[in-house]
Amino acid sequence: MKFKAMTAIAALVISTPFMASADADDDQLVVNGEIEMITKAPAPAHLADALDEVISGWHMRSDETQEMQADDFDNPAMIFVEQAQDDWNTVMGTKDKSCASCHDNVEDSMAGVRTVYPKWNDAKETVYTMEMQINDCLTDGMGADAWKKSGAKMARMEALISVQSRGMPMNVAIDGPAEATWEQGKDLYYSRTGQLDLSCASCHEENYGNRIRSDHLSQGHINGFPVYRLKNSKLTTPHGRFKGCVRDTRAETYKPGSAEFIALELYVASRGNGLSVEAPSVRN
Amino acid sequence: MDFTRRETLALGAGAAVMAVLPFQVQAAADDAIAEFTGGADVAMGGVELTAPEIAENGNTVPVSVSAPGATAIVIYATGNPTPGVATFNFGPLAASQTASTRIRLAGTQEVVAIAKMADGSFAKASSTVKVTIGGCGG
Amino acid sequence: MASGVKPRVKVPKTAAAGDTITIKTLISHKMESGQRKDKEGNVIPRSIINRFTCEFNGQSVIDVTLEAAISTNPYFEFESTVPEAGEFKFTWYDDDGDVYDTSKKIAIG
Repeated sequence: MKFKAMTAIAALVISTPFMASADADDDQLVVNGEIEMITKAPAPAHLADALDEVISGWHMRSDETQEMQADDFDNPAMIFVEQAQDDWNTVMGTKDKSCASCHDNVEDSMAGVRTVYPKWNDAKETVYTMEMQINDCLTDGMGADAWKKSGAKMARMEALISVQSRGMPMNVAIDGPAEATWEQGKDLYYSRTGQLDLSCASCHEENYGNRIRSDHLSQGHINGFPVYRLKNSKLTTPHGRFKGCVRDTRAETYKPGSAEFIALELYVASRGNGLSVEAPSVRN
Repeated sequence: MDFTRRETLALGAGAAVMAVLPFQVQAAADDAIAEFTGGADVAMGGVELTAPEIAENGNTVPVSVSAPGATAIVIYATGNPTPGVATFNFGPLAASQTASTRIRLAGTQEVVAIAKMADGSFAKASSTVKVTIGGCGG
Repeated sequence: MASGVKPRVKVPKTAAAGDTITIKTLISHKMESGQRKDKEGNVIPRSIINRFTCEFNGQSVIDVTLEAAISTNPYFEFESTVPEAGEFKFTWYDDDGDVYDTSKKIAIG
């Protein structure tokens, strides 16, 4: 294990000067033959000093993995979306309500919602992730128990809601009342953590397109989250992935739902402004 | 690079283990194939096996098989702890003797497809799939 | 495992008599291989779907034996002839004795 990690470090150190970058491919992602995804876009203004173009992680994957995302029947994540559709129509809690009681048809009521999350919540005076909004609905609106942060039920509901915005460009607000949280997230993005002393930027800004061991590093966007990972055959949320990344730097991680990960989610989402909502995407 | 006597012995032992282990799993695959064919001769060709040259994750590897005129096709993962993967028995309404699925591969290995033809003969195809280890926790 | 197992099948709604159609199936299932260990080091017992069948009006299209090397959420794609209008029946057999099934009608037109 130790040896593997050292090899990984060596690979990282060597890769920058010597390795030809195995760049993103030029394939086009069209889901079900009809939803045309924006998988490459001019970088948002706030990234002007760092990147020219933002590129979906879809371009970094093999043809086989890419194809799995191009058809809703081949995409295993859609199993979970169907389960969430059942949840949407299930009466829960003391108020005898389902999600549909207030929001009717998910196709209509949730169209576009995913593109603006995380976003400032005026009433609560804080930045809200979609997870926080779902849990507010459950506890306050329905009199039900909150779902586990980044748990399976939460992930599949986020996937169902995200599906209604597929193809639409991400457009989270980073100014106004959200700015302080966004700045906190930006600080976290560039802060090195753990024994390996890596920041998010070490891999996903300075080395995207290069390989970390045999893996093709992406720019780390979350427009495809929740993501179905072939590795564990289930949906992973942004906070779940952040936790894995921080752990892999050999640091104590923040918890899903923590203030740090909420800020980081806002910042990382904003780096992908302009890319289509792809969720639920398929990655390795 | 200098090795002590002890390190050299350890390396030798390691190499011996490396050499023996694949042989054992290959033997398990050979036994499983022989059980299916009843030891009959197996001709190369007549069955097509499509698998990626490099799998991004061994947990979900797309494969497909096709053997016109076959009654059954069996897929073996020769490097897995148990080599059997799936047996496709084609019924009278199968429009073609083809099927696709997603399989688990424990590591880089040879995947084998054996087709049993209507006349009782057997055909074989094989493909080496490299299973990579991801950068972030495999 | 009976809870939360959800089959999905993709079959065209219509075909011409004698046509070849492509069928895709997916079912949510862990396919516990029997090779993994829990945190205490005990082997987690195998629990998989071991057989999948597709029939059309009672005649077999495909009958698959699954081993532990089939991935989580088993996926199959295959081709069927459609001789007449009728119904496809899909059945998955679990190690624990549970049987999951679903049907799809197809019209000639």
